[in-house]
Amino acid sequence: MKPILIRNGHLIDPSSGMDSPRDLLLADGKVAAVDKPGKIKQAGAEVLDARGLVVAPGLVDIHVHLREPGQGYKETIATGTAAAAAGGFTSVCAMPNTIPVNDSPEITRWMLSPERNAAIHVFPIGAATRGSMGEALTEYGSLHAAGAVAVTDDGKPILGDRIMREALIAAARAGMPVIQHAEDTRLTGGCSMNAGPVAFRLGLRGMTVEAESSLVERDIRLLAEIRDVRAHLHVAHLSTKAALNAVRKARRNGLRVTCEVAPHHFVLNEEAVGNYNTYAKMNPPLRAEADREAMIEGILDGSVDAIATDHAPHAAHEKQQEFERAPNGITGLESALGLAIAVLHVKHRMPLSRVVSLLSTQPAHVLGLKGRGTLAVGSPADVVLFDPLKKWVFRATASRSRSKNTPFDGWTLQGKVHATISEGQVVYRDSGK
Amino acid sequence: MPAKKKVSSAAPRPKATAPTVAESAIHPASVLSVTQLSLPDVQHILKLADELEKEPPARRNQRLFKRRVSLLFYESSTRTRTSFEIAAKSMGADTTLVSDKSSSIEKGESLKDTGLTLRALGAECIILRSPYSGAPWLLAQSTGLPVLNAGDGMHEHPSQALLDLRTILQRLKKSGPLTPTTLKGITLTICGDIFHSRVARSNALLLPRLGARVILCGPPPLLPEAAAQIAPADATGSIQIERDFNRALEQSNIVMMLRIQAERLAGLALDLSEYKARYQANAERIAQYAPQAVILHPGPMIRGMEITSEVADGPQAAIEQQVHNGVAIRMALIYRALGVAKAGRAR
Repeated sequence: MKPILIRNGHLIDPSSGMDSPRDLLLADGKVAAVDKPGKIKQAGAEVLDARGLVVAPGLVDIHVHLREPGQGYKETIATGTAAAAAGGFTSVCAMPNTIPVNDSPEITRWMLSPERNAAIHVFPIGAATRGSMGEALTEYGSLHAAGAVAVTDDGKPILGDRIMREALIAAARAGMPVIQHAEDTRLTGGCSMNAGPVAFRLGLRGMTVEAESSLVERDIRLLAEIRDVRAHLHVAHLSTKAALNAVRKARRNGLRVTCEVAPHHFVLNEEAVGNYNTYAKMNPPLRAEADREAMIEGILDGSVDAIATDHAPHAAHEKQQEFERAPNGITGLESALGLAIAVLHVKHRMPLSRVVSLLSTQPAHVLGLKGRGTLAVGSPADVVLFDPLKKWVFRATASRSRSKNTPFDGWTLQGKVHATISEGQVVYRDSGK
Repeated sequence: MPAKKKVSSAAPRPKATAPTVAESAIHPASVLSVTQLSLPDVQHILKLADELEKEPPARRNQRLFKRRVSLLFYESSTRTRTSFEIAAKSMGADTTLVSDKSSSIEKGESLKDTGLTLRALGAECIILRSPYSGAPWLLAQSTGLPVLNAGDGMHEHPSQALLDLRTILQRLKKSGPLTPTTLKGITLTICGDIFHSRVARSNALLLPRLGARVILCGPPPLLPEAAAQIAPADATGSIQIERDFNRALEQSNIVMMLRIQAERLAGLALDLSEYKARYQANAERIAQYAPQAVILHPGPMIRGMEITSEVADGPQAAIEQQVHNGVAIRMALIYRALGVAKAGRAR
């Protein structure tokens, strides 16, 4: 593998606080050197000119659905990671709601096999309970040994107090967080969007804010009961102010709670459902404007630990159904950076280094992905080069994902990925179109 | 789409404001929601209904001679289906009825594919009833044909609101052009299971645009507070909630009773005897609180539950007139749908 010398770029590395012009040398799949422009000389290296570009640690998405095993018609590990690379990501954490559910070391290892042709690094997340049925715990130790970085029953929240408590304790022992999809499904039967006047007008049953916040509060209560265990709860795709406030309060009380927010929850509100647009259907649903604003606020004030896309590919025929029958979820890997820059950096003036941190350093830290989300010398050579000023039109048809279910088709985004390097290999290069 | 937009929304929007491919594929003579109809559209439909109703049957029979209208019904229906069918046939059209119990729908065929099949078989207009809110958009987008919404889930029942409007105008002896003040000073109470009622939604989304004050009445499980917030942006009237039926009646010129939709209740515990005590339209209550009001009911009625026979069959009731008006309104909607298709002009 030829060394790569990235010159003339503006290097942002939140892990070290670096935010200055620097050259970067990658060799043997690792970060080999970081130095002032022109200082690094390396004969024989492939030189990437990063003039006008930000050079940052490759992005890390801790919440994606790659659909393999079992649903290759929606996405495969190969197509999903290719989409991730195009979006600037070099690490993705794959949710276990595959078919079969990833509840065993065998499936975890299958996902990590080179035969999957992953373009970037995949970190599987194991099921918290067998078959994600919410009844019996899986074997966290062996899942972790096989490569799992967390456990969750994403999409099927763990409702029982006892089993959730057991999960938190067992996960803490295995050194992993429990990721909870916070939805009290006893309150959301038949619901397909956020509760409120929009849902009422459309004749759709609505999911209340309480269905999310009450489960977050329950989980936090369990965490407090087993305080000595130092268990780590991570709240997936948080979408309401009430739930965010619960997380804030728990942290003030010294509990180990982290949370992520998806781009669609800080960019869109429930009005995007329009006339039953199934590309605006996801779970948790797009919320009221006040909740969207609360997500922005939580991101700006540091209450939110990570931006995660909840990339959820579905085939066209599945989304072309009656709204209530269509599956939840949208793709997100290729629009995340452009949305985050357009909204957080441009509109809300968040420093670019913090945007990078929320999409890379912090999520890597949340799930303990060692060496990811950093450009420290010796860490894996995961790098993204992007033009923070470039405005571009996102086209679903140009997506590398096998599925095109995005509400952002045709949107003008800001911040375009120029190249993505995974462990020293260029895995994506912008064609310039 | 004139669907109600809330202000604010600082969320960024796409540069291009052109309708999406799917939205633009909707045939302009479709009626998916009353919110899509401008007041001139509504007036045109009412006028057409008058015209078609008065026309000698032999002449009317030539209007849509041998044109093909499909009725696609995923839910049972008496009034709506029959009156659409009679309406189409009385203008000479051929109708085919496809229902979920006797078709490939049972085998799992999607709405999109069913629509494409009907189109390939020569359907020029599809009248859809579906248990899913919003299904008419999917059908209209998939087929490009004019689609008439004959009731979609809990969402809307536009032809019912139009026939209710015709009935109201007749009873109030109002004629002339429809304006934002046509129903100024008129209060209509809709009482019962508002939450599950597409009739309530269509009326609440239409009548306030003519100046009417719509009072929604029912217990909280059947009438969430959010219901008061759905008034269209161009409403000159209003939507209010009043939990006390008697107080609502006192203010009303028109009272529309709704059935409890047992099939959609899904676990709501409702004390029916208490419900009757509070919300039933019975002779004593109507005599005391609304002796002059016109009583409407979209059907099906559950006599002895939300309404008693004395009221339903009494002189204040205009329930049969509603059914009768259904045929005229539906003739107008079908004629409008096919007329545009044939002439190729977007109204």
